[in-house]
Amino acid sequence: MLAVSTTVPQEIIFWILAVSMAGAALRVVTTKNIVHAALYLMVVLAGVAAQYILLAGEYIAVVQVLVYIGAVLVLVLFGIFLTRAPIGHSGDLDNDQRWLAGIVSLFLFGMLGYILNDAFHRDKLTITHVQGIGAVGDSFFSTYVIPFEVVSVLLLAALVGAIVIARRD
Amino acid sequence: MIGALHLAFWQTTAIKVAVVLGIIPAGALILGYVFLLKMMSHMQSRLGPMEAGPHGSLQLIADGVKFLQKEDIFPERADRVVFALAPIIVLMSTFLLYVVIPVGPRLSVQNLDIGLIFALAVSSLSVIGILMAGWASANKYSLIGALRAAGQLIAYELPLILAVVGVAVQAGSFNLQTIVQAQAHGKIFGVGAIGNPYILTQAVGFIIFIIAAQAELTQTPFDMPVAESELVAGFMTEYTGFRFLFFFMGEFGTAFAFSAIGATLFLGGWFVPGIHGGLADIVGPAVVFAKVMLVAFLIFWMRFSFPRLREDQLQAFAWKFLIPLSLVNIVATGVLKVAF
Repeated sequence: MLAVSTTVPQEIIFWILAVSMAGAALRVVTTKNIVHAALYLMVVLAGVAAQYILLAGEYIAVVQVLVYIGAVLVLVLFGIFLTRAPIGHSGDLDNDQRWLAGIVSLFLFGMLGYILNDAFHRDKLTITHVQGIGAVGDSFFSTYVIPFEVVSVLLLAALVGAIVIARRD
Repeated sequence: MIGALHLAFWQTTAIKVAVVLGIIPAGALILGYVFLLKMMSHMQSRLGPMEAGPHGSLQLIADGVKFLQKEDIFPERADRVVFALAPIIVLMSTFLLYVVIPVGPRLSVQNLDIGLIFALAVSSLSVIGILMAGWASANKYSLIGALRAAGQLIAYELPLILAVVGVAVQAGSFNLQTIVQAQAHGKIFGVGAIGNPYILTQAVGFIIFIIAAQAELTQTPFDMPVAESELVAGFMTEYTGFRFLFFFMGEFGTAFAFSAIGATLFLGGWFVPGIHGGLADIVGPAVVFAKVMLVAFLIFWMRFSFPRLREDQLQAFAWKFLIPLSLVNIVATGVLKVAF
């Protein structure tokens, strides 16, 4: 099992966050209102940022807020409002693929659990210091320079693609 | 925070929270009175409010008390929970902005290494509150106002971020305290008497920052989300009493915070030539306040001088002019940084 050496307050905060995140995640798929689903998703994403802070990854926590809440979620809400966003019940949000979704979720859970267990076994991750933005930048441009450049090219391709689709001619 | 005193963590935290909770309404009141009521009035050759207090200085406090007495109205078809949460989220975003602003060499709520990115990230939270407010009001004007606000805030967040990247490159840090120190110890053409306030070397960045901040604050000429004549105040239409007061404090408190960030990044923050060490901690807050008022003056001066833009003009201005310009600014800063 993956175990992180933590203090008692960290453990308490972790469980508070974990329980509220799991509850909000459940509500994302069970709520009857599509805007509420998006707002519950915000709680989950904010919880992820809080977990990063708990693990002393301040840069990734802030980027999580900036990208997922500040951009992705705003885009989701924007899309919902532009199309159809009634107050109260949003009609029939369910379909008959519940079982399929359940199987996929279970598979994902099992796979991630197995990978984490396989990679770390009983290693204890000791958090000795806050991971600074300098260290993140250094590893981007030294150890991980090739994946970084590949992602850059991918984003550039997406950007060019968006412009091509949006062009009138 | 203070070297001589040894306070427990919860004690310093309580002091910091109390200070920030005091600064937000105080900053909102000062900006509202000095600029919104008085400066605008005098620019338009009229007196403005004169009755409450000397020279009308207690007018906004009287207004605040009035708002607190009003009935807390929910529209009949509103989504009550989301409606009630929206102003709180907007105010929370304002509150978090103050966490990283330094007012002295050792005076800041929290000296974060990623201070600048943190400020930009939490300022983007207010969009969520505005979208929630507009939707939950069950009013089409509110919804249109919220959509306009979201489109505008997304479009102007990019030039805002890209404009401050130039400062971060030149200072070599995202830490606001380090950025101030870099300006204090910097030299221009070998002359270090006044330090190197980045408004001199990052003038383009400063102009982009001010314009983008203006749009982020939904101040005229970028006030389409709250356009009174078209949308009856947009996402705020249905809000009354203390919930409306929350939006008011959020707007002006954020204006104060953005001015403080602008002063920190471009005007040297708490630094004035000739004052160092412990003395800078004492005069720092006053220096920052003076610089905040200077930046806020620019923002409100633009607000009172320009007519409202059209929605497509607004988007074209951000995407076709400000963003390319700020990208050029980053490249130029990078090249000069390596060259010198």
